[in-house]
Amino acid sequence: MTVAGGIDIGASATKVALLNERGDLLGSAVLRSGVDFALSASRGLDQALKEAGLEPHQVRVIFTCGYGRNNVPFAHQTRTEIAAHATGAFRHFPQALTVIDIGGQDNKIIKVDASGRRTSFKMNRKCAAGTGAFLEEMALRLDLELKHFDSLARRAEDEAILGSYCTVFTGSEVLSKIREGVAVEALIKGLFRSVVKRVLEMDVMEGQVVMTGGVVAHNPYLAEMMQEALGQPVLVPPRPQLTGAEGAAWLALKSLQQGNRAPGADQQRPDDDLTG
Amino acid sequence: MPPSPPPIQATKQMKKLMAGHFLGLDQASREGRPKVAWCTSVGPAELLHAMGFDVYYPENHGALLGATRLATEMIPMANAAGYSPDICSYLTADIGAFLKGVTPLTQAYGIEAVPKADVLVFNTNQCRDVEDWFAFYARHWNIPLLGVRTHRGVGEVKPHYIADVVSQFKDMIPTLEKVSGNKFDIDRLREVVRLSKECTRRWRQVLELAAQRPTPMSFFDHTIHMAPAVVLRGKQEAVDYYDLLLAELEQRVAEGVAAVPGERHRLYWEGMPVWGRLRMLSESLTNLGAAVVASTYCNSWIFDAFDPASPFESMARAYLELFIVRDDDYKERYISDWAERFGIEGIIFHDAKTCPNNSNNRYAMPQRLAKKLGIATLTINGDLNDLRCFSDEQAKTNIEAFVEQLEEKAA
Repeated sequence: MTVAGGIDIGASATKVALLNERGDLLGSAVLRSGVDFALSASRGLDQALKEAGLEPHQVRVIFTCGYGRNNVPFAHQTRTEIAAHATGAFRHFPQALTVIDIGGQDNKIIKVDASGRRTSFKMNRKCAAGTGAFLEEMALRLDLELKHFDSLARRAEDEAILGSYCTVFTGSEVLSKIREGVAVEALIKGLFRSVVKRVLEMDVMEGQVVMTGGVVAHNPYLAEMMQEALGQPVLVPPRPQLTGAEGAAWLALKSLQQGNRAPGADQQRPDDDLTG
Repeated sequence: MPPSPPPIQATKQMKKLMAGHFLGLDQASREGRPKVAWCTSVGPAELLHAMGFDVYYPENHGALLGATRLATEMIPMANAAGYSPDICSYLTADIGAFLKGVTPLTQAYGIEAVPKADVLVFNTNQCRDVEDWFAFYARHWNIPLLGVRTHRGVGEVKPHYIADVVSQFKDMIPTLEKVSGNKFDIDRLREVVRLSKECTRRWRQVLELAAQRPTPMSFFDHTIHMAPAVVLRGKQEAVDYYDLLLAELEQRVAEGVAAVPGERHRLYWEGMPVWGRLRMLSESLTNLGAAVVASTYCNSWIFDAFDPASPFESMARAYLELFIVRDDDYKERYISDWAERFGIEGIIFHDAKTCPNNSNNRYAMPQRLAKKLGIATLTINGDLNDLRCFSDEQAKTNIEAFVEQLEEKAA
């Protein structure tokens, strides 16, 4: 069995996916990236191997993507998270797509044509508006755990209108809404609306829209709100947070199948033979 | 990592010329002779040379502050003094450095301070900020502030625009005569315009050699070697310098020396350079086999219109014809023309936070050009000088993903 690995080392979380030659997901892991990207990648790989019941030497090739993509000495090649998300989304939905990836630190809008080739992409400006970091900041302000946001937003009977696109200004707006006695559910729904608006401001949505990334994985109501805002169906892959890692693994697999034997990594993990 | 191309030998001569330029200004400033005029980079420098001034260009100083990364330390000084972080960061870096008593000229040439101006001459063909910038020094030194207020968003350069700018040039003469102590001499102006034309003609040739495959010089090299065209035009030494550089570049073309070894992609840079990150950006692109072969920015010192037979009118036309002065239809035609002639596959737009006039992505031009030319476009957020507005990681990821996209298209 040929096994390929993809490791997406994002600003907040590291995601690992192991695929067999058909592209089936054999094992995966999601853990915090922390400050040592190489260590997180290594730990994530161990977790994914354990889940898959595989030994390290069975993984023929590993591609990394994400902010920490160049920090993993045992990776064979790197791709940007833009390439990885486009590939990961297209694998699940092979058609012309607009992929919306909402990550911990940045958002991406990636367009692919019907053959899966990227035609354009946009990343958010150097601003946390509409990203996972925005929701994390608001959770702190509200003294709530982020994991409760989705269910709270769903229960909202009303929606707070938050106008600013600055995270700090939105924080002030939220505090004034609290003083006005606005229900917390309405506030969270307002925050979700803010994320949807920030994303829609980035680019024109064309073709089928797909949402990926950790924020949608933990807050699926966002995809429902996006669908409502667009007035068209929005697709979400089965494991949206793994889309980048799966895409990287798929690109690694394709590279192997195209005859590019796993190119040498700078340095293998001391106790593993990943190219075996 | 691909091998580096051999360094450009003419650089040594350019460094000598630049040292001579700044040391000469320093001496003039200290001795009070000749008088020193500060001029905006695409201002009426020819008139000032003809009047016998030594000419200093604060934008060049702004770029030096950026390239040495002093700018990001100096800008907050100007911010605190009331100059917003949202306005031109050449202005804020330069005024901040002045307030702090710092200049990169000290380390480079042992010069204590920027040369004190006797007169300040701006041209708003670039933006209004240049006037506000010079006004700071006019108040500080209590010296004359002169300027040309140029029409903006110009489509066709109409005769009445030229007549207006010519009359504004001529209005300056009495003050320039008084400050310099010299009488205006039309023949002297003709000679300076002739020298500027010779310089700019050669600079165009330098830039057009980048149409060769592989290009012998990239945008990042151009940003260095444009210095004589900016600060020494109107002087014979600039003409001689470009003769030297052209000979070397023609040799590189003949020998197939590539600025980006293994050149696979050809890009256009639209907007200001990110002065403090030129090396990082250059290396990132070089490592990906992508050569930036053309740019609006470096083309800004091509002044085809100069004509010694009609010095005032041709100067007015030259400074009105500039890209930055023009409307978007003209700008799109201009970029399309260069993109086609240079075999451009993608355009990188730099959205400089503090330079709206030179950030052409803000009115949907990337989308229109992508559609019209069928090429990829990318917008990088940053700034010319204020590195607080720039993220290395974001820029690198954007560039890498952009080149991946070009490779996918080519596959």
